[in-house]
Amino acid sequence: MVDAKLPKFDTLSLHAGQQPDPATGARAVPIYQTTSYVFPDTDYAASLFNLERAGHIYTRISNPTTAVFEERIAALEGGVGAVATASGQAALHLAVATLMDSGAHIVSSASIYGGSHNLFTHTLPRFGIATTYVDPRDPAAFEAAIRPETRLVFGETLGNPGLEVMDLPRIAEIAHGARIPVLIDNTFASPALFRPFDHGADLVLHSATKFLGGHGVAIGGVLVDGGTFDWQASGKFPTLTEPYAGYHGINFSEEFGPGAFVMRARAEGLRDFGASMSPANAFYLIQGVETLPVRMARHVENARRIVAFLDGNGAVSWVGWPELDSHPDRALARRLLPKGCGAVFSFEIGGGREAGRVFIERLRLFSHLANVGDAKSLVIHPASTTHQQMDAAALEAAGIGEGLVRLSVGLEDPDDLIEDLDQALRAAARAAAPRAAE
Amino acid sequence: MEFAVDGLRTFAATGGRPFDPARPAILFVHGAANDHSVWHLPARHFAHHGYSVAAVDLPGHGRSEGEPPATVAEMAAWLGRAREALGLERAVLAGHSMGSLIVLCAAADDPGATKKLILLGPAAAMPVHDDLLDAARRNDHKAIDLITYWGLSAASQIGGHRSPGLWMNGGGQRLLERADDGVLAAGLAACAAFADGEALARAIEAETLLILGERDMMTPMKGGIALARAIPDARHVVLAGCGHTMLAERPNETLDAMRDFLLPAAL
Ligand SMILES: Cc1ncc(COP(=O)(O)O)c(C=O)c1O
Repeated sequence: MVDAKLPKFDTLSLHAGQQPDPATGARAVPIYQTTSYVFPDTDYAASLFNLERAGHIYTRISNPTTAVFEERIAALEGGVGAVATASGQAALHLAVATLMDSGAHIVSSASIYGGSHNLFTHTLPRFGIATTYVDPRDPAAFEAAIRPETRLVFGETLGNPGLEVMDLPRIAEIAHGARIPVLIDNTFASPALFRPFDHGADLVLHSATKFLGGHGVAIGGVLVDGGTFDWQASGKFPTLTEPYAGYHGINFSEEFGPGAFVMRARAEGLRDFGASMSPANAFYLIQGVETLPVRMARHVENARRIVAFLDGNGAVSWVGWPELDSHPDRALARRLLPKGCGAVFSFEIGGGREAGRVFIERLRLFSHLANVGDAKSLVIHPASTTHQQMDAAALEAAGIGEGLVRLSVGLEDPDDLIEDLDQALRAAARAAAPRAAE
Repeated sequence: MEFAVDGLRTFAATGGRPFDPARPAILFVHGAANDHSVWHLPARHFAHHGYSVAAVDLPGHGRSEGEPPATVAEMAAWLGRAREALGLERAVLAGHSMGSLIVLCAAADDPGATKKLILLGPAAAMPVHDDLLDAARRNDHKAIDLITYWGLSAASQIGGHRSPGLWMNGGGQRLLERADDGVLAAGLAACAAFADGEALARAIEAETLLILGERDMMTPMKGGIALARAIPDARHVVLAGCGHTMLAERPNETLDAMRDFLLPAAL
């Protein structure tokens, strides 16, 4: 039997979307630091503007360096195309703005990034878009929350910050039964560990700021179209199935078939909202993506070592890691995420808020900051930072306690990281129980 | 645009402009288990440059009702009926892959109805690997993987799409996945049974353009050049480094070759 010897994941991480530069032969992806592109003649220009030709017009809409990043992520996720955005938040907004109008409704997992929660809870309602939150562990709750005006089901591969594993195959089945697409924020897993399209998702987004870059030097986002959702059959998405006056009456699903969503997201979303990625940032992010599979394997290895250390430590009351027996999603994680659950997880320090404060301040290698997915190890206290806009009930619904600390495990020597955690935990224990220590 | 052929709902994309049979017309015909969307750039371009355009969905493909016809000859006869249903006496016929066999056959059968002929990735015969045919008959995804592998040049398997942000490997696979069970197998079987390309070629009266991929593994360039030699009034263009999927791999070069051949539009 012959085999289709198409390039595999690690190869695509290094090469997808790039041919050696036709102008110079440069092996690395050049930074095309330009706002605009010369048209050979007026007819050519008109054809580009009217989507009759392939090419670049203006860097807000597309750029050769950014296009390599987009195509590479589309390849790694197994989609049909991608649009890079100024940030992960811009990717989420672009998805919403491409799919729905005022009056629409979103069903979202309750365990999502605080910024996404802000957009859904406080900002989109001003534009007439409402969101219902449901427990990511409860597929029936997704089903019950879907209304006639629902246009999107949203969740994160690994919930934030509790690492709830979404039963994506089941939830996608429910959404598709209601003729609604599923958008997954795959930031915490990256395609090296989990590819949502293989399990029923229709759209994927990333905060490329995190593991895709891996170096913590560039903010960016990317929205990937799986090309699987049948907008025409759904009948709920006029932006994709009806003529659009903003482009001479173009009908995206008719003209572009499986690429309808990604074409509209660029043609309208980047043109009109303009939250595009700069070519320099695309270049930085490409450097990271080249080593994504190697880094993710090491991130997971280090995270597992640290989880084992914390899980056996008397100063720690709880560790939220889906591979532990104590985690409710252990079986699901094993099935969906056999390569590992990333390297961002939370644990609870005994001794509450004060112990948490001392712990974070005593750490030397772990940097206290608001980011995850860096090659360097990071730490944060969600209740006082990323999730501070949430009230007590919302915090509880998202599984965030006062003593909860979130780690993003980097690529340092794991023994050094454990040493650092150990000394800080001892200091925290002394602070929480000064008399007992005397 | 929807219209009826043999009483069945038939779809054709018109390139973003209403179809007017009074203008010179181009009929675009897709390949096995594909649909009209492969033609989106040339369809839009020629619709905005003096032509009426119909990128049809063959019966049982895309948005058209019916069963996929079993042979290339039946598909060619259907295309003639579709042309009549559109109110056209003559049209430029353009086809890709299996579609190129269909338009070759249609042009040979009815020279008076064929204004010009464009063949993308054609061959005098299109043998299909047994493993591919078997996988398609089982509706096994392996068939789609093999078509992607043989359909794109080695370079195109890595990407570098001229339409920013698109991944042609994924786009091609999703399009094939959209076809109903059995449609790919029917198309491949029709290609495998087709053998009389040379005889048809000699009967072509229309001026003909062949667009060939230098690295085409499905319909090798050499076969395309031989076919061009058999057609009385033919020229061919070879796209350097390109595989079988030239509409995705070399969209602008493919369009330019068609432009040189078709513009300006004349009645
Ligand atoms: C899971 C997740 N999604 C989205 C975002 C937003 O991405 P950005 O900060 O790039 O806008 C973040 C940022 O922290 C995140 O952690």
